[in-house]
Amino acid sequence: MTDLVQVRRGAYRDSVTLMRVSRRIAGRPDVADAMAAMGTPLNRAVFERMGFAVPPDAGPADLVVALRGDGPLDDARHALAELLDERAQAHDGGFGEAPPPRTVAAAAARGDASLALLSVPGPHVFPEAMDALAAGLNVMIFSDNVPLEQEIALKDAAAARGLIVLGPDCGTAVVGGAGLGFANAVRPGPVGIVAASGTGAQQVMCLLDAAGTGVGTVLGVGGRDLSPQVSGRSTLSALAALDADPATELIVVVAKPPAPPVAALIREAARRLDTPVVFALPLPGADDLTGATAAALRRLGRPVPRWPRRARPQPPGGALRGLFAGGTLCAEAELVAGAVPGGHGHRMTDFGDDAYTRGRAHPMIDPTLRLAALADAAADPGCGVVLLDVVLGYGADPDPAASLAPALAAARAARPDLALVVSLCGAAGDPQGLDRQGAALHEAGAAVFASNAEAARYAAALAAGRSGDEGEDG
Amino acid sequence: MADRLGGLLAREPRVIAVGADVLADALADQAVPVRTVDWRPPPPGTEDALNAVLGRAGHAEANATAVGRMLSARPHLVDVRPAWEVLSLEPGAFLHAGPPLTWERASGPMRGALIGAMLLEGLAHTPEDAEQALARGDAVFEPCHHHHTVGPMAGVVSPSMWMLVVRDEEHGGTACCSLNEGLGKVLRYGAYGPEVIERLRWMDAVLGPALRDAVRAHGPLDLLSLMAQALQMGDELHNRNRAATSLLLRELAPDLAGGPHAAEVLRFVGGNDHFFLNAAMAAAKACADAARDVPGASLVVAMARNGTDFGIQVSGTGDRWFTGPAGVPDGLYLGSYGPADANPDIGDSAITETAGAGGFALAAAPAIVRFVGGEVPDAVAATHRMYEITLAEHPALRIPLLSFRGTPAGIDVTRVVRTGVLPVIDTGIAGRVAGTGQVGAGLVEPPARVFTDALAALAADP
Repeated sequence: MTDLVQVRRGAYRDSVTLMRVSRRIAGRPDVADAMAAMGTPLNRAVFERMGFAVPPDAGPADLVVALRGDGPLDDARHALAELLDERAQAHDGGFGEAPPPRTVAAAAARGDASLALLSVPGPHVFPEAMDALAAGLNVMIFSDNVPLEQEIALKDAAAARGLIVLGPDCGTAVVGGAGLGFANAVRPGPVGIVAASGTGAQQVMCLLDAAGTGVGTVLGVGGRDLSPQVSGRSTLSALAALDADPATELIVVVAKPPAPPVAALIREAARRLDTPVVFALPLPGADDLTGATAAALRRLGRPVPRWPRRARPQPPGGALRGLFAGGTLCAEAELVAGAVPGGHGHRMTDFGDDAYTRGRAHPMIDPTLRLAALADAAADPGCGVVLLDVVLGYGADPDPAASLAPALAAARAARPDLALVVSLCGAAGDPQGLDRQGAALHEAGAAVFASNAEAARYAAALAAGRSGDEGEDG
Repeated sequence: MADRLGGLLAREPRVIAVGADVLADALADQAVPVRTVDWRPPPPGTEDALNAVLGRAGHAEANATAVGRMLSARPHLVDVRPAWEVLSLEPGAFLHAGPPLTWERASGPMRGALIGAMLLEGLAHTPEDAEQALARGDAVFEPCHHHHTVGPMAGVVSPSMWMLVVRDEEHGGTACCSLNEGLGKVLRYGAYGPEVIERLRWMDAVLGPALRDAVRAHGPLDLLSLMAQALQMGDELHNRNRAATSLLLRELAPDLAGGPHAAEVLRFVGGNDHFFLNAAMAAAKACADAARDVPGASLVVAMARNGTDFGIQVSGTGDRWFTGPAGVPDGLYLGSYGPADANPDIGDSAITETAGAGGFALAAAPAIVRFVGGEVPDAVAATHRMYEITLAEHPALRIPLLSFRGTPAGIDVTRVVRTGVLPVIDTGIAGRVAGTGQVGAGLVEPPARVFTDALAALAADP
């Protein structure tokens, strides 16, 4: 073993630098022990314990370097000198940006947010939602599977703070001109929508847009808000907010039919408002979504147009198979088709149901399952009519026709007797391009309707063996 | 009422999005301001406890109260007195760092410090006698924290030792800490050789009385304002106290100068860059104690290690300790020492992090970040990370590099569990063999389970 001890008089390095240098040199294969330190009494004691002989005149202002190794230590000494004289390097990253926040609380602390949009798994929603409410933010919960008692607790906490919880399982909202979740780019206007059903709200807003009437606000309240347990907590709060909003001239409430006591509660609350309220609660015998939209237009004193369609005569006959992405659109089609006499029966499937979305994206984003079902229907000789919905807007598939149009064309090619009917829910301003989507689906062989109810009625009539008039060009 | 729902209907929303990227992207496509959260699920099995604690009425208010008390405390150095006098510590009784401990489970440095304290108090004549007496149970020892006291490293306090006495002028609490011995072979790192005992005797005979006279002559000394200045001079007030020590010495020098051993005392204090650490700890302890016992609050009011266990106490769960195995710090070592020589984490000094200094203020002390092989951006990142788990920003301790943003202060148990971000603690490293002393310095984290256990206790509390 060779020892090498050097003293650099008056050369100061801070202790951290010296400890780093020592560690790097000690890690060299040709070095057994190394230490570089200022010659303080404490460090001198450490040198001595390591067995190095430090010159007695080396003091606290002197840099002491000690090396021990088997062979010549020239390389190590050279490396040590380089490390000691290394200059600080500038770093490109500056002082470092703040990393992204890990909680809504931390995000809220950074700035003036007004709303938190939550889509984490349902069992994990509660802490983030409480963060938002505590920070004075409204909350939209896109996630489903939030326990019922948590939904109630969150809605009560929101009410106590003068805030609202949209959802859980709220797919759609439009506030302050921004579409949240799955929302269509409709023109701004006098109608406010309170929706316990996401695609139901989208249908109404798109039809209003087609009629030239804008929508100012859409507040989704979640599918359970009108349940007996939740008892319309968010619906009531949304109604009050829209009533107070000077830009809202008419309120449309869109929901699956609620339990009677809750329906009575909501209707009573609506009666007390200054703003007129139109209900779109699809029930047998009541207005469907298209009918409710027409009622809203009449209430505003505006004309009800003939709803846009791209007609294409379809072959009648055979059973009706409905393949839906939108739950409310599916339910509405079921009701409408059920009211059409005759036919070979119908079967409607909601591919947005939990049973189909576990471990997979919503069919408004991922078309895989519906495309497979379309191929199955075409291969089934008993199936004579296929009815599909296509929902456009923010958050949805950026080009649904890109996959669906070829699939429709293939089905038609394989089964010239198969009727193809599409309910296309979209607004002219949607990023997918309403015209382009409609044209592509029509080109592929489908009759395309803006009104879901009209599409369902036409499809059911085809299944009943009538060609109907709704397939004709208007 | 235009501001109904916080003006939700009237203005373009500014959105915080957490979860599916597609929803945030859709907002960005509409040019809506959106901030995304880097969310990750909490540890499995903690959901119910989180929901119970966060859903309890008044939880947010309890935390606001607790952290408000911590940050409104005004710790002043008011006196310096022997432990027997100020803590009524009897002969044969000792205090130690961290959660409660038995001799059987005590680590090398803790045993070494207790042996040294026995020798100092004349309760044993040789280390062997002291060790046997301690093993027999002849001495009682309790956590410093149970006596409004903190101690660095082993944190051993014996009756004859002089204590800094700090009073919270806002809430009236008192906290104590011993006097810092310097670096190298010192009792708090478990060394008990003759030079250690000799230094302690000098501190008892000369330093303590001199400081007492000076502090009394000076009058209450505002520690928080001194700490705020030091933070802006590159200290983080745990592993770096160079500026604070200088400021303290400057403040007390006129009152020390007239004493009988002035030069000796000034040289000792001035020659020990860590002298202020103990004052910072007592100040932090006074602040943290002000936040104790707020029902339902999930604010951490103590983090402490005894060399075997890491323990925390939480405002809403009283004096209960939540403990787990103390980790070995990641850092740099003196001379030829390495991780194998290191004792698990030890000391009450994590009270500085508890109160918003130390590792939480790393961005203010770029000079020390290279202890962990880091660069200045790493120090900034460490402080940024701590904002994720804290309830507030310190009103007095402000970081120049972050445009004078207050340090992250007030650790929330629920936020630690939710984010998986653990507090970052600056620390010295003691040798694992009794009598060795300091072997290095670096950073350490608490065991995650102390936070999940505390959360479960908060959730179970009716």
